[in-house]
Amino acid sequence: MRVVILGAGHGGFQLAASLRQGGFDGEVVLVGDEAGLPYQRPPLSKDYLSGKIGLDLLLMRPESFYTEQRIEYMSGARAVEIDRAARQIKLSVGATLGYDHLVIATGARNRVPPLPGVELDGVCYLRDLAETDHLRQRLALAESIVVIGAGFIGLEFASIARAAGKPVHVVELVDRVMARVICPATSLHFLAAHVKAGVEFTFGAAGERIVGDGGKATGVALNNGVTLPADLVVVSIGVVPNMELAAAAGLPTGNGILVDEQLLTGDPAISAIGDCVAFSSVHSRTNPVRLEAVQNAADHARCVADRLNGKPHSYTALPWFWSEQGEQRLQIVGLTAGFDRVVLRGAIESGEFSVFCYAGETLLGIESINKPGDHAFARRIMAAGRTVTPAQAADESFDLRAAASARS
Amino acid sequence: MPRVTYISHDGKETVLDVPVGTSVMQAAVLNGIDGIVAECGGSCMCATCHVFVREDQLAKTPEMELGEDAMLDGTAVPRQPNSRLSCQLVMDPGMEGLVVTMPETQT
Repeated sequence: MRVVILGAGHGGFQLAASLRQGGFDGEVVLVGDEAGLPYQRPPLSKDYLSGKIGLDLLLMRPESFYTEQRIEYMSGARAVEIDRAARQIKLSVGATLGYDHLVIATGARNRVPPLPGVELDGVCYLRDLAETDHLRQRLALAESIVVIGAGFIGLEFASIARAAGKPVHVVELVDRVMARVICPATSLHFLAAHVKAGVEFTFGAAGERIVGDGGKATGVALNNGVTLPADLVVVSIGVVPNMELAAAAGLPTGNGILVDEQLLTGDPAISAIGDCVAFSSVHSRTNPVRLEAVQNAADHARCVADRLNGKPHSYTALPWFWSEQGEQRLQIVGLTAGFDRVVLRGAIESGEFSVFCYAGETLLGIESINKPGDHAFARRIMAAGRTVTPAQAADESFDLRAAASARS
Repeated sequence: MPRVTYISHDGKETVLDVPVGTSVMQAAVLNGIDGIVAECGGSCMCATCHVFVREDQLAKTPEMELGEDAMLDGTAVPRQPNSRLSCQLVMDPGMEGLVVTMPETQT
């Protein structure tokens, strides 16, 4: 039995590791399109970009791990075609590779805006190691920076750039930061923290073109008539799933490769996991969902590894997310899309609080800001299928620890 | 270089030389020790690098900060009085001979 895994990010790596942990004795081939060993992505926009940690601490595992665990790791290679009838893939490096089971863990790629000037020198992204290494060099030399998109990545970058003393201006299409994932109260708190740190913002505007001189970016012209000077432009407007390979092979796709509750695609010999997958989550009000998260990729991987090791089960893991922006720590549990009611626990002015998000009386998720204890208890409460009523959430004397520890 | 003994849930012992300034979690991951997941990479965000420190050695570990104390309430295996998050156990020479036991599961 040979399992071939396409993609060596968090999902692909975890699948290989979990297969062996679970006793899998067949062949495991891990195909990654980057040079070097698999590495962790979250620190790229945090401690690695700021220079606090080096490449050694970024690696998932040392090289010896792959040999000892009999994981055949192919770097600098990617699949260009899946031949489902023959159960083999064609690789960019020319070879073909047969599989008994194929796992697509190809992740996502940067969304590139259709703007004139996007090809200019000085326009950067922050998703993989090579991009981060490049950006780190550019950041050291930059005199003025524009960030397009106020999501997690853009804001994590902005706080590091400010800490390095650089002028930073963030441009966001909608009217608040991280609007896709957090509620307005949390957005306001983070905006205030960034403004206090000296980040400038323009909301409700989009880049119209990136202006340049001699092939180098010099600014971003916005659709409101303003041109912001910038010798470094960081584009962080989200990602698109890498699902073309699956689609070309005739596998069903939507906003991601479509999979069933056990993460199988339309072909019983092919699974798909992580950021490239759209799946039906028991924790979501609207399905299918596609999540961009380490937790989701790793838990998807564990679920598929269990199935391949003869212990199939549905994927039900509780989603959680985090971001670090300067001194601000954001932790989210659950999927809050579709909330119609929020309950604040703690005082926003204290800088340590949680926001409980509900649809009616149904708890969808909890955002904790510099309040890791609330997050820890919230995860246990939601993972156990329990809830906290809006009245309980608002009552600071209500004991979350007891609610998390109660036997259901 | 200070040594740390890692004991897996089923009793397997591994001894590592851990450089001063490196965390008990980082050393485990870099050496491919099963039983420490460290999903967040060492940011004290995930509670998946939970270990039990040998009781008589707790005094020589770094003092627990509020964030770690809080996240220990979210571990997969319930915390004990000797629970720590190993990403916060940064080695100093006084921690020579540290013995940590890993829980049955981290997720």
